[in-house]
Amino acid sequence: MSVLVDKKTRVIVQGLTGREGSFHAQQMLEYGTRVVGGVTPGKGGTMHVGVPVFNTVTEAVHETGANASVIFVPPPFAADAILEGADAGLPLVICITEGIATLDMVRVAAAMKDSNTRLIGPNCPGIISPGKCKIGIMPGSIHKQGSVGVVSRSGTLTYEAVDQLTRLGIGQSTCIGIGGDPIIGTSFLDAVKMFNSDPETKAIVMIGEIGGNAEEIAAEFIRKNVKKPVVGFIAGQTAPPGRRMGHAGAIISGGQGAAAGKYKAMRAAGIQTVESPAEIGATLARLMGRRNSAPKPAARKKQRSR
Amino acid sequence: MKIHEYQAKTILAKFGVPVPRGEVVFKKAEGRAAAQRLGTPVVVVKAQIHAGGRGKAGGVRLARSADEAASLSDRILGMNLVTPQTGSEGRVVRCVLIEEGLDIKRELYLSVLVDRASGLPVFMASAAGGMEIEEVAKERPEAILREPIHPATGLQPYQARKIAFGLDLEPEQVHVAVPFFQSLYRAFVETDAALLEINPCVVTGDGRLVALDAKVNFDDNALYRHPEFKELRDLDEETPLEVEASKYKLNYIKLDGTVGCMVNGAGLAMATMDIIKLSGGSPANFLDVGGGASEEQVKNAFRILLSDPNVKGVFVNIFGGILRCDVLASGVVNAAKELKFKVPVVVRMEGTNVEQGQQILRNSGLNFTVAHGMKDGAEKIVRLAGGGR
Repeated sequence: MSVLVDKKTRVIVQGLTGREGSFHAQQMLEYGTRVVGGVTPGKGGTMHVGVPVFNTVTEAVHETGANASVIFVPPPFAADAILEGADAGLPLVICITEGIATLDMVRVAAAMKDSNTRLIGPNCPGIISPGKCKIGIMPGSIHKQGSVGVVSRSGTLTYEAVDQLTRLGIGQSTCIGIGGDPIIGTSFLDAVKMFNSDPETKAIVMIGEIGGNAEEIAAEFIRKNVKKPVVGFIAGQTAPPGRRMGHAGAIISGGQGAAAGKYKAMRAAGIQTVESPAEIGATLARLMGRRNSAPKPAARKKQRSR
Repeated sequence: MKIHEYQAKTILAKFGVPVPRGEVVFKKAEGRAAAQRLGTPVVVVKAQIHAGGRGKAGGVRLARSADEAASLSDRILGMNLVTPQTGSEGRVVRCVLIEEGLDIKRELYLSVLVDRASGLPVFMASAAGGMEIEEVAKERPEAILREPIHPATGLQPYQARKIAFGLDLEPEQVHVAVPFFQSLYRAFVETDAALLEINPCVVTGDGRLVALDAKVNFDDNALYRHPEFKELRDLDEETPLEVEASKYKLNYIKLDGTVGCMVNGAGLAMATMDIIKLSGGSPANFLDVGGGASEEQVKNAFRILLSDPNVKGVFVNIFGGILRCDVLASGVVNAAKELKFKVPVVVRMEGTNVEQGQQILRNSGLNFTVAHGMKDGAEKIVRLAGGGR
């Protein structure tokens, strides 16, 4: 099992005919994701990268039976795209777009408060359940099917952690990039709750960064409710206060959001923290009772075939 | 994006927020005429820099005559102001705001910002104006009033009244405070501000409310809908290398260490800084070349990194997803040939087309050190560039 997405997930791409949308739709199709259509207003009725294009999300959902969408439209139009996805009744909307105005997201968050749609992102790499479904921009090849849930505010840093796990022979149940913006649809807390109740997720990796207090909130939940081993890392231990470190949400302001406080909350919750981003995989391997000397994936395959 | 106090006040005045009468002065000798035109017995001369804590550093002074205003503005213009927010190098004052002096009875704190946890704008207020809000939050958190605002309704009169009564304003001032607070919220929304702070907002002897200071930061992601704000940017207030990097859409922040970092992705870029520190070195910068960086982009990034004289070595740490390792490697090789740099470069690449990328580096005949993993890379560059500061 995995959380949120699996082999049955039927995905439409909002902004399919754009450069990013086209490229990643193809990558997702190659991975085996069931991309069933796309939306580009004005291009309905045509075909693109082998799937039908529709003018509206509602029409696309009606015609294809899609139950998830991924958004690649430029920032000025992305808030509208999210709301269109929610209006069409999609249970899952994943917004990859970086650079959406904060007040646009304030309006989106308020409008979606009682909606049944789960938003992931914006400004995120997406979600992948290895071997089953990839919705987003992450390189599929570094992932391996397994039992670790990964949740992170970052893109490439998540790839780094996943790559470490895979090299140690440790697979992932689902990896969720929740996004680097100050206002996002799915929080650490939401992701941790899902991983905690997913029977096939046996351990959790949580990769936070400076800014806000979402890591602290999730840590408090973990302290009270989570028995599965959790490894935590916070990026930005050396970041100066008052500066936005690339991500719109990565800023220490007014003494709030520094790495030290997040580490403290994580340790108090029994999370195994690592200060070095190079130790995420090895630390999780230790926690799961496997040694660093665990056979390499290739070597193990040989053993199995014998 | 940050702007100056005088610019913030001009914007707020357009939304009906009462601000003191004043004039901005860029040249010495203009202070006297400005003070004379204001015609009040007391004027205030305020240094304009993008940093707080100006008062304690001597950047805000009272003048009791036009002569005094003239000499103060002459002295403050060109002065290097060091405040807790400027860092030890300080900031040169290039303009001063000369304002009417007011009869101050009370000082209040007001601000509007977006609360990340609730996703809603929040109006914050405190009777402890003039103090830094972080200190108030630490010492007396109950002294801060917080009113969340629904974006569909905006700040309602009842909410403004709640704040006004909460600040113990007299009933007649409450009537003025309601439209004042609503104007502030409207300014926040309509300018796409990230932060709007009035500290202090004063109650005058004759019962008026006036925004004595004003700080407005804009949301960079919303600047596309406010082309008029472009001219408010003051490049003198920014680090020259950061200005240069922004021309190429590179996300660069200068730090004070010796190891230059070139990374793709903000999270990995922060983590790279962290691991350099853990390996005994110190990062010279934050740099995210972005997901879809071209060879040209890589070259510009190198040029900017190496313009920092403190840089003793460069660590390239790339996890190629969309950005292919061969493209990166070609960019690094071309940059090395063109810029002829002499500092050691450690390259750690992973992901799409990594073999081709490493081949390109090896075949270049240039002296790159290839690292296996981030830890190995960080240790190698710290060894080559020399340890800490």
